Amino acid sequence: MTHVDGNVLAGTLSEIFEQDMTTAAGECAGCGHTAELAVALVYLSGAGTVVRCSTCGDVLFTIIDVDGHPRINLSGVALLRMP
Amino acid sequence: MGRWKSGRVVSTREETPSGRSIVLDVPGWGGNIAGQHVDVRLTAEDGYTATRSYSIASADGSDRIELAVDRLPDGEVSPFLVDVLAVGDELEVRGPLGGWFVWKPEQTEPVQLIAGGSGIVPIVAMIRAHAAAGSRARFELLYSVRTPSDVFFASELEGLTTTYGRTTVYTREVPTGWPVLPGRVTREVLAEHTIPASERPSVFVCGPTGFVEAIADWLVELGHDPARVKTERFGGT
Ligand SMILES: Cc1cc2nc3c(=O)[nH]c(=O)nc-3n(C[C@H](O)[C@H](O)[C@H](O)COP(=O)(O)OP(=O)(O)OC[C@H]3O[C@@H](n4cnc5c(N)ncnc54)[C@H](O)[C@@H]3O)c2cc1C
Ligand SMILES: [Zn+2]
Repeated sequence: MTHVDGNVLAGTLSEIFEQDMTTAAGECAGCGHTAELAVALVYLSGAGTVVRCSTCGDVLFTIIDVDGHPRINLSGVALLRMP
Repeated sequence: MGRWKSGRVVSTREETPSGRSIVLDVPGWGGNIAGQHVDVRLTAEDGYTATRSYSIASADGSDRIELAVDRLPDGEVSPFLVDVLAVGDELEVRGPLGGWFVWKPEQTEPVQLIAGGSGIVPIVAMIRAHAAAGSRARFELLYSVRTPSDVFFASELEGLTTTYGRTTVYTREVPTGWPVLPGRVTREVLAEHTIPASERPSVFVCGPTGFVEAIADWLVELGHDPARVKTERFGGT
């Protein structure tokens, strides 16, 4: 499966955070690298969305849809700095 | 931003054998920045929905937005947008989206634009915004397309060449009398036809994922600061 840039998450994340999150800085819990969400690697599929660190490839977070409501597991993000 | 709005198709235009542009009227849109995208949601009669992202080719501050879509033969959404959607139809859209892959007229540094196929869409928005603002920032485009008939927004891009510089690379078929054989963008082509890293340009690369990955890696090898290379991968191979 191919990937796209974190930029694609702007719409989905705006449902949750009510602002553009693609310029927010996320720290990877795996390698400690901090980068804008726009540069993360995003794998889209019918089952859900997997977002990986562009430096080490670890999963930063996942988003699945439960009855029309997004559910987000942020366990791979150590720190999220809002833009 | 996060709310779905209704857009009505105002006009469509065939751009290439496999793609067309679509102008939507979206009440309450309120303009967008060059490079942003929109999410489009289709809902079937049984309630099944499919959402895809499309870059916006326009950046004029109005409630009208222009998209351009390339048909993937086995795709779920793009064949509908290219072949079925008609003037007067309504479409759910969400946006404008994304604050990262954008160019604003107040930017004064040189800009290198690199597009593969339909990856030209957000780049066209930047070229239009640059021309409309009368910006003096140096703008250079490297555009990779399969054949001469696959060029999106061909006459407009041609007409604006007084405001930006352009190199076109044809991968399958070249125009008659073209000095070089068809071929892909290589590291050498990139080095020869783009603004050198020493001038510290902002670089925007957009197109199929494989194209973007190859280009972005070469740009870094050629000395560009990764932080100045912004990418928009469209998916695919
Ligand atoms: C931020 C962003 C902006 C985009 N802007 C544009 C745009 O301006 N114009 C445009 O035409 N497209 C654009 N795309 C791509 C678009 O979102 C869809 O992926 C594309 O239209 C295919 O959707 P589909 O439902 O027809 O195909 P799907 O049913 O999703 O996929 C069908 C098959 O094609 C493959 N595939 C998926 N996407 C691509 C692709 N882009 N290239 C080649 N193969 C692919 C899939 O792996 C699958 O095998 C953009 C993508 C992103 C992330
Ligand atoms: Zn990491």
